[in-house]
Amino acid sequence: MPPVIAVENISKSYRLGSIGGSSFREEFSKGWANLFRDSTPPAQEFWALKEIHFSIQEGEILGIVGRNGAGKSTLLKILSRVTAPTSGFVKIKGRIASLLEVGTGFHPELSGRDNIFLNGAILGMSKAEIRRKFDEIVAFSEISEFIDTPVKRYSSGMYVRLAFAVAAHLESEILIVDEVLAVGDAQFQKKCLGKIGEITSKEKRTVLFVSHHLESVRKLCNTALLLQNGKLITHGSVDQVLQTFLDQPTGTQSSTLIRYPEKPLDQFHLQKIELLDEQGELKRSLQTWDYVRFRITFHSPRPLKAGAVNFHLNTPSGTRLLLASNSPEQSFTLNYHEGTNQIDCIISKLMLAAGHYIIGASLAVPNIECLYDGVDHALIEVQSKDIYNSGLAPHSQRALVPMDCHWELP
Amino acid sequence: MSQSPPPPHPDEPVEWTTIIGAHQGSWDWKLSELWNCRDLISLFVWRDFVSIYKQTILGPAWHLLQPLLTTLTFTFIFGKIARFSTDGVPPFLFYLSGTILWSFFSNCLLKTSNTFLSNSGLLSKVYFHRLSIPISTLFSTLIAFSIQFSLFLLVWIYFCFQESSIHPSLALLAAPIAILMIAGYALAGGIIVSAVTTRYRDLSIAIAFGIQLLMFLTPVIYPLSSVPSQNQWMISLNPLTPIFELFRFSFFGGTPCSLLALGFSFTLLLLLLTVGLILFSRIEKTFMDTI
Repeated sequence: MPPVIAVENISKSYRLGSIGGSSFREEFSKGWANLFRDSTPPAQEFWALKEIHFSIQEGEILGIVGRNGAGKSTLLKILSRVTAPTSGFVKIKGRIASLLEVGTGFHPELSGRDNIFLNGAILGMSKAEIRRKFDEIVAFSEISEFIDTPVKRYSSGMYVRLAFAVAAHLESEILIVDEVLAVGDAQFQKKCLGKIGEITSKEKRTVLFVSHHLESVRKLCNTALLLQNGKLITHGSVDQVLQTFLDQPTGTQSSTLIRYPEKPLDQFHLQKIELLDEQGELKRSLQTWDYVRFRITFHSPRPLKAGAVNFHLNTPSGTRLLLASNSPEQSFTLNYHEGTNQIDCIISKLMLAAGHYIIGASLAVPNIECLYDGVDHALIEVQSKDIYNSGLAPHSQRALVPMDCHWELP
Repeated sequence: MSQSPPPPHPDEPVEWTTIIGAHQGSWDWKLSELWNCRDLISLFVWRDFVSIYKQTILGPAWHLLQPLLTTLTFTFIFGKIARFSTDGVPPFLFYLSGTILWSFFSNCLLKTSNTFLSNSGLLSKVYFHRLSIPISTLFSTLIAFSIQFSLFLLVWIYFCFQESSIHPSLALLAAPIAILMIAGYALAGGIIVSAVTTRYRDLSIAIAFGIQLLMFLTPVIYPLSSVPSQNQWMISLNPLTPIFELFRFSFFGGTPCSLLALGFSFTLLLLLLTVGLILFSRIEKTFMDTI
């Protein structure tokens, strides 16, 4: 089968530190020559993608997986022509449509009907094409009663439905779907996944799908591609790639020390999460019912009174098992300093069966503002421990949460 | 675990429709791609026009109220109090002609100069020819202008019957040229500023302020003939001056504007448009990284 996308050795670098937004006086000395030159090697650079090389066949449904900072979004941005690579080429055969983030491209004051036309045109459809498919789009979005209501009155679910319905009916050869389905309700998600599957099998459309939701990647895609720190690790069948992803040691050394990629210092971000034991030493491994002290190290660009750190623990398929917030939930006051901050979240008995789990943390001003979204996830592995001394250690395939229970006769 | 990259295909059997690379020629303006965006442009124009007066009572009547109120104020301040010369043209008609042409220029320039900043959300998600946005802005301000221009025409026709000095002539044919040149300057200025503001926000502040000053250096509220001759060169350096003079000449007659100045203005316009398109095409590929 012929390739529809050929990615040839693309790399993309960003400048760290203050990007753009500078004033004339600061930068004038750097000279006008720098301004519009295409690939000036910046002083402090960060390679978001490094020599990525692969091709996608017609009709392939490719899942792109990797931890945050792995370069997934950058790759999608280059493929959808939003930004150009620093070096290398991408060759594309056919039209590309990207399923927009919820509501981007929608005008809040205009009705659903008007926005179908507007959004369709933004995605590259002609007016005639949209008119032809209009009824189908409305039927698919399930919001026909509200089609003449301004979309500012829509719920977020209705937004996604409409946005997806438009994109799904676009006669493009290639469709890019980026995490957008996370917003819709479960039923509509299923319908969208079904629709993607249907269009690819019927019309030979190629789909690129990015998601943290590994289960939907597994269900939907036939191939997958794993990125890590801007490099292509593997590209192959979805099961094999996901296995590689899950088996990958997290962070740099062990799964008890998770380091996050460097970020500009004017942004709130996580630096590392360490898993410590009672003595405050780095744990070698993690076992069911262990005492564990999650030491979260993060960067704050400014001092902040009474900030929140939300620590979460998920299954790889996205089920949330724990969300611990120091504030307001647990009324533990934490003032951020400018620079590096640390806080410990202590779990005295880790009720998790052997298996893989995803941890992460977000930063916020309680109830007011999200400072860091915490989608950067890290994989930890809980190793089996024979807690009942029976030779049968609890495993996540059987049950996730081995609570401290015992048996008695009444 | 890692996979060696597949060998590059030396003899591509595939016909690629798009090739994305790091470099793009400054002269590659992809105009055929822009033509394919015409439906999008028309929808943007329609969106701008429809959405701006949602939840207002007067709606599009604001297009008429703005120049009317401005003209009345100017007529009162500059005509009655300061007693500026209007070259024998009825003050109301004179100020109306200046107001509508100037507001067309300044609205168009200010809006197009924010192309990248105010649309960054959309532009960071999806690709379409980036010039679609400034061009649709140009058209939507052109629509507003044509509404105001119709008002001006009605007032002008009324004065044609009232005043013997004002009568239609062949010079009317020059009016569209003046309007097109103003549109060209607004677009060229707008895309230059929009390209530079992706790096330096200073310019978007400077332009909002500068355009107010520029109005006084352009014969909007006074005719060029009323400027003392030793200072006329200052006003004449402004390339907008001959365009405003041409516009007034086509309706009010009087002394025709200098062809030399007009020729200079036209040449400068072509130059600015070229510079604008070059800057724009250089910046559009990577502005998302710096904005």
